[in-house]
Amino acid sequence: MTKAQLLASARKSLRSFGRLAPVLIAVLLLASLLVDLVPHLIHMGVLGHGTLADMLGADLIGSLATGQPIVSYLLAGELSKAGLDLYSITTFIVAWVTVGFIPLPAEAAALGWRFALWRNLAAFVFALLISGLTVTLLGWLQ
Amino acid sequence: MKDKASDSTPAPASKRSHGSWLFLLATIGLYGLVFLIDPDYAAGSFGHFVDMVKNILPILVLVFFLLWGFELIGGIKEKLGQLSGRGSGLKGWLLAIGGGILSHGPIYPWYPLLQHLREQGTRPALLAAFLYARSIKLPWLPLMVHYFGLSYTVLLTLAITLFSIPHGWLVEWLTTRRAPE
Repeated sequence: MTKAQLLASARKSLRSFGRLAPVLIAVLLLASLLVDLVPHLIHMGVLGHGTLADMLGADLIGSLATGQPIVSYLLAGELSKAGLDLYSITTFIVAWVTVGFIPLPAEAAALGWRFALWRNLAAFVFALLISGLTVTLLGWLQ
Repeated sequence: MKDKASDSTPAPASKRSHGSWLFLLATIGLYGLVFLIDPDYAAGSFGHFVDMVKNILPILVLVFFLLWGFELIGGIKEKLGQLSGRGSGLKGWLLAIGGGILSHGPIYPWYPLLQHLREQGTRPALLAAFLYARSIKLPWLPLMVHYFGLSYTVLLTLAITLFSIPHGWLVEWLTTRRAPE
């Protein structure tokens, strides 16, 4: 392998990163703006209006939120202690980790808008299904 | 609705870069606006941004070297593309789901690699399954057990793993179907 080949492939890899860099920076900036809003939305009383409505609300908030899954576990754990039902809690956790409306532009830049939109919409619906299945099965087991 | 061909045709590089830079400028503008309304909030958010960048930088470096390695031994890229292609069967699904579960760090550094795999012919179903299975973070599961118990954690983890397959199928069907004529 020659030095020229090494440099050419390094340049090609750098170009791949360069194309995504502005979107990545913008998405990280947006995510850091919104991450502090989520607890405010919860305290504003967006939740607490019946199981299905709460599940949908939790799905929406979880989808808009971004960050490490550990944050969702901590938030969900505290909400659970506060008395929010397990269906909503589970929907919130699943939506947080599987739906990403904030990273959508970065996902679309890499995989196409059609893929990114349908994937996130499907994950939004699946969060409700998985939550229903998990909590119902847990009820049968206990 | 756009058809498959129009969606899969990549935009010219200059046009994509232009849009990306405009998006970044708009985001910086939004930061400026938030700063005018609530300087403390904007400063706190910028602190989060710096932390996030610090967190993902080592992973970006790792992914860069992986991509560079893939570029150097080009044959492997095609093999990986074939492995995850239409005829990959169970092996492709296991690779996508297993890889998703074992992949670490934030999603952003993985996008260039996923983009590359897509260009090599990887099925949308497998890419979607990979992204779905990525939501399982093995190192964080003890915390979930602490809050919600072992049965809940096992059930939820199994449900996400199993649902990554119908999720992949659904996303593939939605993204590749043609609009009715």
